[in-house]
Amino acid sequence: MTLTETRPVGRGEVRVRPRRTGAQRYAALAFLLPALAYVVVFFGYPLVSNLVMSAQNYTVRSFYTGEAPFVGFDNYAAVFRNPVFGTALLNTLLFTVGSIVFQFGIGLALAVFFNGRFLGSATLRSLLLLPWLLPLVVSGAVWRWMFDQDHGIINAALRALNLADGPTPWLTSTSWALPAVILTNIWIGVPFNLVILHGGLRAIPDVLYEAAALDGTNSWQRFRYVTWPLLRPVTGIVLMLGLVYTIKVFDVIMVVTGGGPANATQTLTTLSYGLSFHDFAFGQGAAVGNILIVLATVFGLLYLRSARATLSETAS
Amino acid sequence: MTTNRGWVRTTVGVVIMLVLLFPLYWMINASLQPSGALLKPSPDLFPVHGTFDGYRKALSTQQGHLVSSVIVALGTVVVSLAIAMPAAYALAQLKMRGGPVILFALLIVQMIPGIVMANSLYTVFGNLGLIDNYFGLILADSTATIPFAILLLRAFMISIPRELSEAARVDGAGYWRTFRSIIVPVSRNAMVTAGLFSFLFAWADFLFAITLTTGQTFAPVTVGIYRFLGNQSADWNGIMATATLASIPAAILLVIAQRFVVAGLTSGAVKD
Repeated sequence: MTLTETRPVGRGEVRVRPRRTGAQRYAALAFLLPALAYVVVFFGYPLVSNLVMSAQNYTVRSFYTGEAPFVGFDNYAAVFRNPVFGTALLNTLLFTVGSIVFQFGIGLALAVFFNGRFLGSATLRSLLLLPWLLPLVVSGAVWRWMFDQDHGIINAALRALNLADGPTPWLTSTSWALPAVILTNIWIGVPFNLVILHGGLRAIPDVLYEAAALDGTNSWQRFRYVTWPLLRPVTGIVLMLGLVYTIKVFDVIMVVTGGGPANATQTLTTLSYGLSFHDFAFGQGAAVGNILIVLATVFGLLYLRSARATLSETAS
Repeated sequence: MTTNRGWVRTTVGVVIMLVLLFPLYWMINASLQPSGALLKPSPDLFPVHGTFDGYRKALSTQQGHLVSSVIVALGTVVVSLAIAMPAAYALAQLKMRGGPVILFALLIVQMIPGIVMANSLYTVFGNLGLIDNYFGLILADSTATIPFAILLLRAFMISIPRELSEAARVDGAGYWRTFRSIIVPVSRNAMVTAGLFSFLFAWADFLFAITLTTGQTFAPVTVGIYRFLGNQSADWNGIMATATLASIPAAILLVIAQRFVVAGLTSGAVKD
């Protein structure tokens, strides 16, 4: 360990830390033990077994016989040959990018709006949290009802406003289903973006805006040159969390479209579920799951790199 | 002039809220209308011919699911807090090696897609007889709540002055005693916050519920709604009534948790 007993704190002042006693270390370990055991059993083991499973021909039979022959990369090869995999990969990207761009854009606009002081601002903001706190199955069911071709409010509204000639088959057409689930997911994600970005806006000192106003800037310039640069660390966190969260969305798609029609809304998550729990090809399901982890990790690392760049930028 | 602009802003804010919360109104609206009225070409914007039939159907078919959800959610709260509280105490108040590594690991494991967890837990649970088992589902749901709860509780406990526990130690209290009589009571509000969010997550869980239960013994309400939707002739009145009932914990949390989040941040036994 390179941790020293004394270390500089703040402006060159040195605080002497009490000596780390053996007893305290054992106590800490004892208090941590249940959590460590839980993490090893419920995260470590599943991750490893998922890797192992992806190299095995793991089927329903394996549950009874305990035998799952080693097949190397056969599962991955089968997944890559599966025509649905390409569709699912593309859908995952479209779903993730489409959701995040609009969740973030709308969330930021609302955060700026609610950052102004006016009567009821705080109350309205907390009410807007509701869609985010609801079970995703509930939100999905409500949107499925609103998207209903014959009796849904969305087609009724389009008809009333003369915006559509006939009813749009939102959930039964291969071209509309993906936009429909993305729209649902945008609605679910806006409150989260609003709250975190609003917190970031609150941390920007008012004097900066006052100074900018004295310089004769308009509100767009104040947003562009004060808000946006100072918000960057927070936008990074929001986008990163949004990405990690969106790439694995399951409930919304399962409830609104079930991945259909004709795989039009199939993503890597729903494909992994289908392979494991419908086709009982657990090895292939595990393989898709691992590909999903790799994707999430790549995006995560990209984020960490950009976050570090931002940090050193602001530090200099 | 400023008050004028204030009113304009408030009005715009109310309109934004009405637009964004419209789907929830539409859910409640449908939950109160007879099935026949929902199938008219132009829908009724208000439940003028209101009926509680949907809620009667929801309660008669989903009652068991709702009870299962309550059991699983409460169990998840207990398991999560029992494991997260001592861990947060160690990470926040005790000196130890590897603390940063553990914190980093807790951040990372939250990013593992649930489907990966479900896939491997299914095979493990199959061998252990934990499929269709309340305890199994509670343990699975806790994978999402424990890392979150540890990080939240640690963030709170780090603000508890060390003098407090050191004073207890001087008085001869052991670590366990210090934890139980000082840390736990002082952290009550943070515990409520962590517990509420754990409850809400477990209540909303669908992925673990659909993969780790077969529906033969019990199923939470999220699976209930999913199966309800799967019926060929969807009974939207009953479905929306069930969805409304399933939303109640979130609505309650929104009203009371805000207080606890704020209280959790501002309370403390020692004021400087």
